[in-house]
Amino acid sequence: MTASIPLSAQLINLFAAVILLLAFAMLAQRRMHSLVNLFALQGLALCLATLVAAVSTGQVHLYFSAGLTLLLKVLALPWILYRLVRQLNIKGDVEALINIPTIMLVGIGLVMVAFNVALPISELSHTITRGTLGIALAVVMLAFLMMITRQKAISQVVGFLSMENGLFLAATSATYGMPMVVELGIALDVLVGMIILGVFFFQIRDQFDSLDIRHMEKLKDS
Amino acid sequence: MISISGFLGQAFAILLALFLAPLLSGWVGQCRAWFQSRTAPPLLLPYYMLQKLFNKDVVLAHNASSLFRAAPFVIFGCMVLACAIVPTLSTDLPFAPAADALALVGVFGLARIFIALAGMDIGTAFGSLGGRREMLVGFLAEPALLMVFFTLAMIAQSTSLATIVETLAHRELVIYPSLAFAGVAFTFVSLAENARVPVDNPATHLELTMIHEAMILEYTGRHLALIEWAASLKLYAYSCLGLALFFPWGIAPGDDIVALIAAIPLLVFKLAIGGFLLAAIETVNAKMRIFRAPEFLGTAFMLAVLGLLVRLLLEVRT
Repeated sequence: MTASIPLSAQLINLFAAVILLLAFAMLAQRRMHSLVNLFALQGLALCLATLVAAVSTGQVHLYFSAGLTLLLKVLALPWILYRLVRQLNIKGDVEALINIPTIMLVGIGLVMVAFNVALPISELSHTITRGTLGIALAVVMLAFLMMITRQKAISQVVGFLSMENGLFLAATSATYGMPMVVELGIALDVLVGMIILGVFFFQIRDQFDSLDIRHMEKLKDS
Repeated sequence: MISISGFLGQAFAILLALFLAPLLSGWVGQCRAWFQSRTAPPLLLPYYMLQKLFNKDVVLAHNASSLFRAAPFVIFGCMVLACAIVPTLSTDLPFAPAADALALVGVFGLARIFIALAGMDIGTAFGSLGGRREMLVGFLAEPALLMVFFTLAMIAQSTSLATIVETLAHRELVIYPSLAFAGVAFTFVSLAENARVPVDNPATHLELTMIHEAMILEYTGRHLALIEWAASLKLYAYSCLGLALFFPWGIAPGDDIVALIAAIPLLVFKLAIGGFLLAAIETVNAKMRIFRAPEFLGTAFMLAVLGLLVRLLLEVRT
């Protein structure tokens, strides 16, 4: 049974489970500030999972991706997000379109789908971390759900970044990470995308006096 | 199968539960007072309360039915039975084959139904308000508790509590992520079921916010004493259940007298730490609105289901 799984794989499984838990916590979170905190924590769990995979397999480029994750997703992006939240003066609750228990039930359904879809795919892989592929897929789906159910632009962006976390975990678990060039490219893309979106937020707010994207539907009337 | 020592161990566990349960409540109260920089009440306060209440006369409302008078005894009996099913000191319990984890949930459910009915029996507004709220919390907490038990039952391949605890206590050290999920979910459920702070405040006397207290407003004398004792027994049963499932080290395997005696100080130590943590949780959290309780328990249910799914995905294969 479980006795055959080596310790490193157990640790990676544990961190993957924590990432999934944090994805749910983000889905249920009402406060903007805590949402960014949870995102940083998710990045940290991802970094630790990558690090364990790096140590146990001896793949050098995994160390780089762990370091990149730490720099970008635990330090840089949360910092930018905090600054944005402060400058945009976002206070109070994040508005969800559906009530939160319903969202979480839908989330559980998505996790079941993701686990079942990932099961035959992960059989093809030979890495020690292949079990976490289902979790990675589930995190991507949950991030999608979060982008769909949130009204404020900034929490949709956090959902987008969380989706990137899920994809990163999928790459690590299925094939021990993407080639270094691709990884660097994605990392820079996310960083640049975040900065551009930050500029967009100010534009949206100046235009509509709110970050609620429902106001954008009225564009064609004016 | 039923040995004399097993029977003695069972009787001893029940006596210990009856004796330790008010002490645990007193300890939690004391820790809470320390956290809030108040002068702590004496540790033995629940015993004084029980003694005082047992010596007082019972005052019954005119329209109280026999159900109202029978309910405290039923509730107390349910809680003693629950304490007997939960493996506290040893896993060699003669009662264990009779009732598994699902029956335990049923025993708690029976007690809940009787206390809610008794609350409504007199017909006061607060009684039925408390009864309805209790059922709301109960029907949301029960599935989450069952899911926690299912996760553990999948690990141990059995729903018998004694087998589960034995499997968990004597395994090699394997990290189960599913156990972590189940543990958090169980904590949520026990907070809600024991009328603790995020859902209900055990020390409240503000009628509009209370759940448990609202149902027992009409009780006096020995009836109230039994209900108070049953409440602390419930807290004790849940604490022992949590300790046995998630920190099972030191519980005696089978009918080993030395291990059984060694398990007592360890149990008291674990309960003391558990009570301290409970008081800490109660101090740092504010009581939530009653309409937030479904969200709180929905989270617990979700965590338990996630534990089950993670167990299926990560731990069963390979």
